Amino acid sequence: MWSLIYRRVRVLRCANLKVLFVIGIFLSGIMPLSALQADTDYTKAREKLIKSIGQSVLETAYFIGIKELDSRVMQAMSKVPRHEYVPGIFRVSAYKNRPLPIGHGQTISQPYIVALMTDLLSVKSTDKALEIGTGSGYQAAILAELVDQVFTIEIIDELAKRAGKVLQKQGYKNIKTRIGDGYYGWPSQAPFDVIVVTAAADHVPPPLIRQLKPGGRMVIPVGSRFMVQQLVLIVKDAKGEISTRQILPVRFVPLTGVHE
Amino acid sequence: MNDPRKIITMNTVAHNEQAPWYSIAVLSMSALAYEIILMRLFSIIQWHHFAYMIISLALLGYGASGTFLALTRNYLLSRYSFVYLINVFLFGLTSLLCFLLGQQVQFNAEEILWDFDQALRLMSIYILLTVPFFFVANAIGLSLIKFHKDMSRIYAADLLGAGTGGMVAVALLFSVFPGDSLKYISSLAMLATILASWELFRNQARVIVVFTSVLLVAIMILFMLPKSFTELALSPYKGLSQTLRVTGTKVVSQDSSALGLITVVESPVIPFRHAPGLSLNANDEPPSQLGIFIDGDAMTAITHYSGNIKKLAYLDQLTSALPYHLSTIDHALVLGAGGGAEVLQAKYHKVKQISAVELNKQIIELVKSDFNKFSGSIYTDDNVTVFAEEARGFFTDNNNLYGLIQLVLSDSFGASSAGLHALNENYLYTVEALQLYLHHLNRDGYLAISRWIKLPPRDTLKLFTTAIDALSNKGIEQPERHLILIRGLQTSTLIIKNTPITKSEIQSIKRFCNQRLFDMAYYPGMIFGEANRYNMLVEPVFFTAALSLLGNERNKFIQRYKFNIEPATDNQPYFYNYFKWRVFPEILSLKGEGGMSLLGMGYLILVATFLQAFMLSIFIIILPLIFFKRKNISTNINHLKIRAFAYFLALGLSFLFVEMAFIQKFILFLQHPIYAVSVVLAAFLIFAGLGSLWTKRLVNSGQYIKGVKLSVLMILFIGLCYVYLLAPAFAILMDLPVILKIIISIFLIAPLAFYMGMPFPLGMSRLAEISPEIIPWVWGVNGCASVLSAVLAALLAIQFGFTFVIVSALVLYALAAVTSVNWLRC
Repeated sequence: MWSLIYRRVRVLRCANLKVLFVIGIFLSGIMPLSALQADTDYTKAREKLIKSIGQSVLETAYFIGIKELDSRVMQAMSKVPRHEYVPGIFRVSAYKNRPLPIGHGQTISQPYIVALMTDLLSVKSTDKALEIGTGSGYQAAILAELVDQVFTIEIIDELAKRAGKVLQKQGYKNIKTRIGDGYYGWPSQAPFDVIVVTAAADHVPPPLIRQLKPGGRMVIPVGSRFMVQQLVLIVKDAKGEISTRQILPVRFVPLTGVHE
Repeated sequence: MNDPRKIITMNTVAHNEQAPWYSIAVLSMSALAYEIILMRLFSIIQWHHFAYMIISLALLGYGASGTFLALTRNYLLSRYSFVYLINVFLFGLTSLLCFLLGQQVQFNAEEILWDFDQALRLMSIYILLTVPFFFVANAIGLSLIKFHKDMSRIYAADLLGAGTGGMVAVALLFSVFPGDSLKYISSLAMLATILASWELFRNQARVIVVFTSVLLVAIMILFMLPKSFTELALSPYKGLSQTLRVTGTKVVSQDSSALGLITVVESPVIPFRHAPGLSLNANDEPPSQLGIFIDGDAMTAITHYSGNIKKLAYLDQLTSALPYHLSTIDHALVLGAGGGAEVLQAKYHKVKQISAVELNKQIIELVKSDFNKFSGSIYTDDNVTVFAEEARGFFTDNNNLYGLIQLVLSDSFGASSAGLHALNENYLYTVEALQLYLHHLNRDGYLAISRWIKLPPRDTLKLFTTAIDALSNKGIEQPERHLILIRGLQTSTLIIKNTPITKSEIQSIKRFCNQRLFDMAYYPGMIFGEANRYNMLVEPVFFTAALSLLGNERNKFIQRYKFNIEPATDNQPYFYNYFKWRVFPEILSLKGEGGMSLLGMGYLILVATFLQAFMLSIFIIILPLIFFKRKNISTNINHLKIRAFAYFLALGLSFLFVEMAFIQKFILFLQHPIYAVSVVLAAFLIFAGLGSLWTKRLVNSGQYIKGVKLSVLMILFIGLCYVYLLAPAFAILMDLPVILKIIISIFLIAPLAFYMGMPFPLGMSRLAEISPEIIPWVWGVNGCASVLSAVLAALLAIQFGFTFVIVSALVLYALAAVTSVNWLRC
């Protein structure tokens, strides 16, 4: 009897193993497939986002002065996988046109605002860019697609390290990150063609203006983490004179309209 | 017979002939103190407006209790003593627990416009907080039902207790940290339970001893809890939380008062560099600073001053420095001095005499003592005099004239910081306020008000219209000759003079602005080409708007403008309310482009609070009605229900309308938001309690109608008198010392509050006679009405002003009297 049971168990065990083997093959096929599916989903979501940004720009034309964003900027936005820069739990919302928390009380900016800011910088492929406030690293990645070199500073240790890892994983060779105080910019690499200041401050750090090249542009979003009130564009002309434009990202005209 | 439950029941039936007065009073006291402290706590861990929503909706626990009691009345009544004790005890327990749980909910206020999930989290917080109020309301409601013959006295105990609750809360906030104050509230509740055990189990020493010992142990455990247990978990998006993530930052001091939790932070590695609106051309930056946070946000700074005036050069690179370039200033007055930046600015510009007014005594003490050396003894300097007063109160009995009155980025801490019935009021920037400031300028003196710039322009323009009205009210025929407006990237400064701006001043303005890359937005004679040069907007909105507001088309412009820029007045002191309903659809359509920044959050939160309260109240009120229908209660009762509903709804709404409107009126008279709220609240509740007590004799003689008629007539009479006579009376009495003004206030409130305390117990006592089973339902209606009333009063005041709110209340009292006639008659 025991030998009968033993034989039965052996058969069952073998059967189970076979089933497990088949399941394993199936899963190992499914999982890369599902990863591929996820990638495709992300790509589709990204394309949809780009379209919606284009639409927003069209509607806001009066305020920002252009009907559409630079195609290179839109290409960069299409390429950079925003979901990689966002904590796991928020990935499902990575391609919604809204800001998202990234921990430590910081956010990754709304894609529409990132696109607008990058476009306002009028970057060239030979440019040297400075970013104060690395945050998620997303803006740095977008810039890296468009310029020669990006230097980015972040004040919060953990964020800086995390962003550095993601940027490295994404294969960017032209981004240098640093942890520390961004008020004095990056003197050893100055001057810069473009500067982005996403770290909140109650004034524009004059040392940063000094590190802007003649002909250079600086963009600063003003407002709270989840609500950008205005974009400030600072332009230094060839003579070194400064002028600023205060740009509203929304089309709210005319201000004395009764009904539109 | 030996069943212990039966013994307890028998004993309680035999011995609880009297209601537990003292317990009810102490319970009410702790409940109101809890409400105020919760407002403080949520203002610290979240933001003030959401704190208001959370607490307002949590108070629906009172309404929910009515429903609960209506459905379980008979079962609970037969076990009254036990149920009462349990509910009071549970209030003590949950008052601490529910807050601690509530603060663990990861609610991010700013994200609410992007993510509906946040709304659900917000709901979960206030649902959690309804629990303690639910237990309080159960205890009191059940007592009202059980001892319906003594309704007047129970209601009186409730009000008298609540009247002292406000003062208890203020005292607690001044003496202990907000997180710890909850332990005291819980202890008060435990005390209420002990008192109840004495009052309800009078002849049962063993029961009393057991309860007393257990509860005393509970109190001891409370105070032995580690500090970390009651530490406040601030939102990670508050300024303080974000600052503390920076390397090397450290909290060096913390202090608490009813005006806010003050936290001082040092940041030796990465300096604060607090310099709002610093010029793009500035070569100087601030020296090292300490950050002062109030309720975890609204950062200002104490700047290090070693005596070397050159280090303060950055203060000349702000828009607020303009007045010092227009002429020599001998005596400058800084309103809202905070950490002393404007005092330093005045010192830098060699002003000989500086007066600094700051409402928050704790901040003054910090700068004067703990950080005296760091600040360069700025507040103990020979040339500087510091006054711990509210800005407008400072001017009473003050005949000084100043060369400059500065208000820089000041937002008033009104009763909003004291936590009750107030949300958006600001008395610093009303037409009357500006007139008062102008009155205290010397002949060519300047009133300079600097604010953060919002785009599209809102508050800058509102201030502009307010200034125009203030000048016109002073009899100045050409206000356009008395105004200057300049702006930088982030700040604007408006200067108002009693005399016309001179040509030499205009030259100085141009020089000042050109050197600092600030834009001139208006000066008399300015031309179009001068506007919008450095900080360019798509259109020179500030300039064109200023011209429109000064021109003949002003009213049309204000009407058509997409934000509310009507001047604020003392009767409608809602400076921060820029919202217009007609643009709401347009703003919603702009959500994808960040249109949410255009919304007036404060006002919309009020609206959202009202809508939620309204829907929840309907549910709370209707549920027992379905139950009544099932039980086939007669149709007579249906008619009674409708009339009783109207009566108690009207009472619930009007009581708080009057209370809220008069708190605001008395804030202006008493000049200090904390005194005003504490005194007025306490006076209203205590005298209403006395009025309720007095109704006992009317109830005993069955004179319900007479009582309601008398009280309502007196309320109407006194109310109307006050509508017309209070303002002139205040004007005459304004210069008296505070202590006299407090006594006068109490005398003014007493008669009105006394009569206001009468209709409710009269109605309830009558109901107890003719239809006691609907008492719990009516208790619930009244609870819901109180919640709706507070929010509705705020909404109406914003739209129509306080006088409207008071008149509405009087109309509601008259309606209550009318609806009462049939069913109150014996």
